[in-house]
Formats: sequence, structure tokens, C-alpha cells
Amino acid sequence: MPSEMILLLGVNHKTAPLAVREQLAIGQGGKSYEETLQELQKLDGCRECYLLSTCNRVEIIVVVQENAVLENAGRADIESRIVPLLFGNTVAPEHYQDYLYIHRNIDAVHHLFMVATSLDSMVIGEAQILGQLKEAYRLATEGKGTGPILNKLLHKAFSTAKRVRTETLIGASAVSISYAAVELARKIFGSLDTKSVLLIGAGEMAELAAEHLVSQGVDKVVVANRTLSRATSLAQRFHGSAVSLDALTDQLEQVDIVISSTGAPHLILHKQEMKAIMRARRNEPIFFIDIAVPRDLDPALNELDNVYLYDIDDLHQVVELNKSEREKEAVKARRIVDEETANFQRWLDGLAVVPTIIALRKRANDISQLEIEKALGRLPHLTLEDHQVIEKMALAITAKLLHAPIAYLKDEEGCKERHDEKVEMIRTAFGLEEK
Amino acid sequence: MPGAGEQLLPLVSFFVRISIVGDTSRLLFHTILVTHGLSLCVNWFVFVSQNQRLRGLARFSLVVVGILQTMYVLLRFFQTGYTPITSQHETVVFFSWSLTWAYLSFRWRYTVKNFGAFISPLILALLVIAALSPRTINPLAPALQSWWLPVHAGVTVASYAFLSLAFCGGIMYLLQNRELKKKKFGYLFKRLPSLDALDQLNSHCLAIGFVLLTLGIISGSIWASQAWGSYWHWDPKETWSLITWFLYAAQIHQRFSAGWRGKRAAIMAIIGFVSMIFTLWGVTFLLGGIHSYAQ
Repeated sequence: MPSEMILLLGVNHKTAPLAVREQLAIGQGGKSYEETLQELQKLDGCRECYLLSTCNRVEIIVVVQENAVLENAGRADIESRIVPLLFGNTVAPEHYQDYLYIHRNIDAVHHLFMVATSLDSMVIGEAQILGQLKEAYRLATEGKGTGPILNKLLHKAFSTAKRVRTETLIGASAVSISYAAVELARKIFGSLDTKSVLLIGAGEMAELAAEHLVSQGVDKVVVANRTLSRATSLAQRFHGSAVSLDALTDQLEQVDIVISSTGAPHLILHKQEMKAIMRARRNEPIFFIDIAVPRDLDPALNELDNVYLYDIDDLHQVVELNKSEREKEAVKARRIVDEETANFQRWLDGLAVVPTIIALRKRANDISQLEIEKALGRLPHLTLEDHQVIEKMALAITAKLLHAPIAYLKDEEGCKERHDEKVEMIRTAFGLEEK
Repeated sequence: MPGAGEQLLPLVSFFVRISIVGDTSRLLFHTILVTHGLSLCVNWFVFVSQNQRLRGLARFSLVVVGILQTMYVLLRFFQTGYTPITSQHETVVFFSWSLTWAYLSFRWRYTVKNFGAFISPLILALLVIAALSPRTINPLAPALQSWWLPVHAGVTVASYAFLSLAFCGGIMYLLQNRELKKKKFGYLFKRLPSLDALDQLNSHCLAIGFVLLTLGIISGSIWASQAWGSYWHWDPKETWSLITWFLYAAQIHQRFSAGWRGKRAAIMAIIGFVSMIFTLWGVTFLLGGIHSYAQ
């Protein structure tokens, strides 16, 4: 019995360091989005595909035909053909396993829902990932990559994200971080009209905070990033300028607010370096917001006069939404994801009975057609109207006979095992497996 | 109608008497004390409740106090016949009067949230000190009978007023800075203005105060040469004025040359204030010297 398998392969901020992720990001320098999609579509057995690429993750979802014969060998085969597409030639094949995660079927669904609801993001509750997901889906549909399963899956992911957003306070917490950043900046600088902000690293949350600051009057945005192209595109959004990370010290001497989110594994700015910079700044106050996990900035920076350093937890304190509350909202959100995953599972299982129903109808039709032909051959004197009456009768008999078994198959109650059992029973009872 | 005239006479003489003997002045001073007590309450109430509608009233109450103080200083001027900055009582009243108007002039140009709540207690403290000091009117010492008196003493006390504003700003800066550094965001965080506003307050008031202080010292020196024969006597008051002057000069120099701002500037403003207060009272009561006319 042929059926489909959903496969999700990806790399994200939890499994791969920034340096690797940046090279992977599709649409930057290397292969374009469309090219990668086309190559995926060309893969043997690949029915539907979709590709998401942000600065924190690259994920491919494919729906592959799973042949009973191929079972395990086939699965390994298609996976090993997709992985090189994901990594391109940036990573040596022996290192693939260090960064890669693969989720199959319902796990893949669950993971996608976690991503869509931002529960898998660096900053839980940020809304940008949903937009990126929608954009990726649009590109996939334009490239004719998606089919019935992915269409349903992604729409379900969007509605799950929406549900989480409306039923929990998870989104309020991300917005509140930007709000807190603005509030603090006001307490340090008074008016923000002549201030400038430097983004180190171009993460999702940094963008959100910068957006908030700009809407509050900050008039200059500078983006420093390892890859200049990403910095440039982000800077364009804010009519700002892009610089490379080497120019960081120069920038730190001039800007007023710094939002750091590089995701580098170690600190990028130490107290001693900042001390020298403060001298060059003539002690002009500077406000650091460190939203990277692990931290980018030396916590000791806060000890320097006129330097104010805040990390995510500090910002949360400002808006009095404490950690346990956030944790509670995340648990609520996770429960919604689990629920929606189960719903999707049910839909998928329902999908599995469709081929059986088709086969059942076909078998009944074949038999009745055959018998009608036989019977009519023996009754040559009948008129055309008589023919029609007999044909109608035959169709009505098969339809009425099939009604009960089909309703039985379609009944969504019960678990997957129960579904498989039902399908097996019907297939055997009606002799569908003979061919 | 001699009868009616005789009846009116005691009344007229009563008014004449109080205006001469100083009952009006006493009444006015008590009015100032009470009014400012109320003003302090309103300012603190606004500070605690964050009530936006009462903010205007808080400011207005200080304007009323300022006007009443002006009336009192003028009245005292007419009573004594000289600029009332000679006795302890007069000096402190003059100080509180300058402080109120320095605050109002600053408030007219800049917005510093809840500044009034910090200035009001200082004004009240000065008024209380004035209330506790003897209000007798002494004949003016011969050495002080000069038009240099209003110039030298007036300008110097006015400089103290602005330097006191910088002191209050410094305290507020340190409090707010502490909130931001400790990340506790308690009671004061919301109620205090931005660090930038407080640092600006510091530099502006310091600039005005320093210029006035310099003028005060120069005018004093010129007056000294006329009254005592030489420009500088190393009298304790002169010495301490100079120390205070150097403290402020150093701070201004450092701000422009090395960018001393924020916390350091705030601490310097507080140190300068302490030195200034010592010059005003400490020297007079502890060290004496030729400047001590008040005793």
C-alpha cells in the first residue's frame, strides 16, 4: 500500500553556530531559493516540498512517497539525497550529523508548529517568524512545490500560530521587550530624536526592537553584521547604513544605543575595551541591549560609568512580566501546539483511508460494469431506456452496499492503529489486495 | 465731626504702628511659611500620586511663594533702609527667595520632572532656619554702608541658589542612576526624570552659578580694597570661597576637557554644595574672621 511520509530536515540556532548558519542561509550568495526548490522537486519520490530560510534556521519539508518495498532503505536514501541540498558545499559531509536534525511524520508536524508559534525561536514570542513562514510558503506555491498535504499543513501551522497568539500572552512578552527598551532609553537619554542605534547582528528580535526605537524618533540606524549583504538589506529597511564587524569599535564611539544579537559563542565586547571606547566617547552615555543567548556583551560593562547594559531578563523586569509567568505562557502555548498536532494527525490518518475508499469504489464499479455488460449481452431485445434503468439499478445497489463500509472507514474516532486495522479489514474483506 | 475722628484715630494709629514695628512683616513671614508648607505638600502629593492635573497647581504654588518672598524682601528693605542681606535671618530669607526664583526661571526654560518635589524641602529648610534666627533689625555696620553690599552679597547668594539647584539635580541623578544600574525599577524610577535632563540641569545651573560666584568674589575683592585697603585678606570666608570656587572650576574644566558628566558631575555638584554651605555657615560660626558681621 503506497502512502506518504512528511520529512523535515533542518539546521537552527540551537544545533549550529552562527558561522555555519550564515553560510547556509539560502538566497545569499549561494543558490537561490527557486533553484533549491527545483532541485528538491526533481528528487525521485518527492511529491511536495517547501523551504524556509531565515538567519536563525534553514528547514526543508518534503512529502515523499513511501513504498512498502522501500521502507527503510528508501527512507535513508531520500534523506541522504536531501541533506547535501541543505548544506550545499559549505560543510564537509562528515560534519552533517553535528548540525542536522531530522523529524519524520508527526514529529515533523509538531516541529513546524513549534517554529510557527515561535516556541522554537531564540526569543520566544517574536512574531516575525510567522511572516517568514508565510513568505516561504508563498515562494513554494509559486514554484509549484506544495500539494494537498503541505497546503493543509502550512495553513494549519498559521492558524496554530494565530491561536497561540490570541490565547496566550506569549506575543505580549516579545513586544514588551521592545517597549521596555524604548522606556529605558527614554530614562537615559530623554528625547530620542537625535540618537542613533547600532544593531550588531541582524536577528529577528533586534529588528523588532530597532523598529520600535525608530518609531519613537531614533533617527539613525547602523547595522553591523558578519555578512554584509544581510546587513545592507536590513539597513535599507531603516534607511540606515551597513558596516562590517571590523568597524565595530569606530561605531561604538559614535552611537547611543546598541542592540546586540550575534549569537556568537563568546563575548564580543569586554569591559577593558569599552573603557577605552568610553574615553574616546568623552563619557557620552551609551545604552546596550544584549538579546543574544549566549550573551554577546560582558556583564561587567554595566559597572562602567555612563554605560547601561541590559539583557533580555533585565528588560523583562522593566515590564514586570517575570520569568515564571513567561514560562506559564509558554507551557500554555506548547499545549496548544500538541493539541493542533493531534488534530493534524487525525486529518493525516483520514487521508490514509482515501486510497482504500477509491479502491473500494473502483472495485464495486468494475464488478457492476462487468455484470451489466454480461446481462445486457443476453438481453438484446431491450430498448435504450431499459438499458438505462438496469444500469441505474446496478449503480444504486453498489452505492447502497458501499455506504456502510465507507462510513465505517471515514469515521475519525480512534487512534492510528485502529485506522490501520480498519483499512486492513476492509481491504481483506473486499479482496482489494489481490491485484 | 470730632467724635468720629477720635474714633478713627486708634485704628489709623494701629495700622501705622504695625507697619512700622514690623507686625506686617511678621504676618507676611508666617504666611510664607504656611504657604510654602502647603506648596511642599502639593509638590510631594504630585510626586507620590503622579497626578497630572495637580502638576500645574504644584508649580503655581511655588510661584505664589516666590511672590510672597519678594514682598517680604522688599518690605524688609523699606524697614531697614538697606539691602537685607546682613543678619543671619536676612541672608537665609534672601537665599530661599533666590532659590525659589532660580528654580522658577529654570523651570520656565526646561522641563525636569518632579524637580519641585526636591527643591521645596530645601526652600522650607531655609525658611525654617530663617524663622529660628532673630529677626531684630540691627543698625548697619559702617563698613557695610556701601552700594557694594547688594552687588557683592546679592550676587553671591544668587550664585548659591543656582549651585543648590545643581546639588538637587545631582542627588536626583544619583538616585535615578542607581535605579538604572541596579535594574530594580522601584518607586523612584518612574518618578524621576531622565538622566540626560538631570545632567543638563547640572551643567546649566553650574554654568550660571559659577559665573555669579566668580562675580561675587571679584566684587567682594574690589569692595575689600575700598573698605579694608587690600584686595585679599586670607580671611577664612575668603579662603573657603576660593576653595568652593576651585571645586566648581575644576568640575567645569573637567566637563569640557575630559567629558566628566553624569555620575561624576553629580558627585562634584554635591561636594561643591557642601563646601558652599560650609562657606556660608561653617566659617561664620566655627572660624569667625572679619566677614562675620552677623554676630
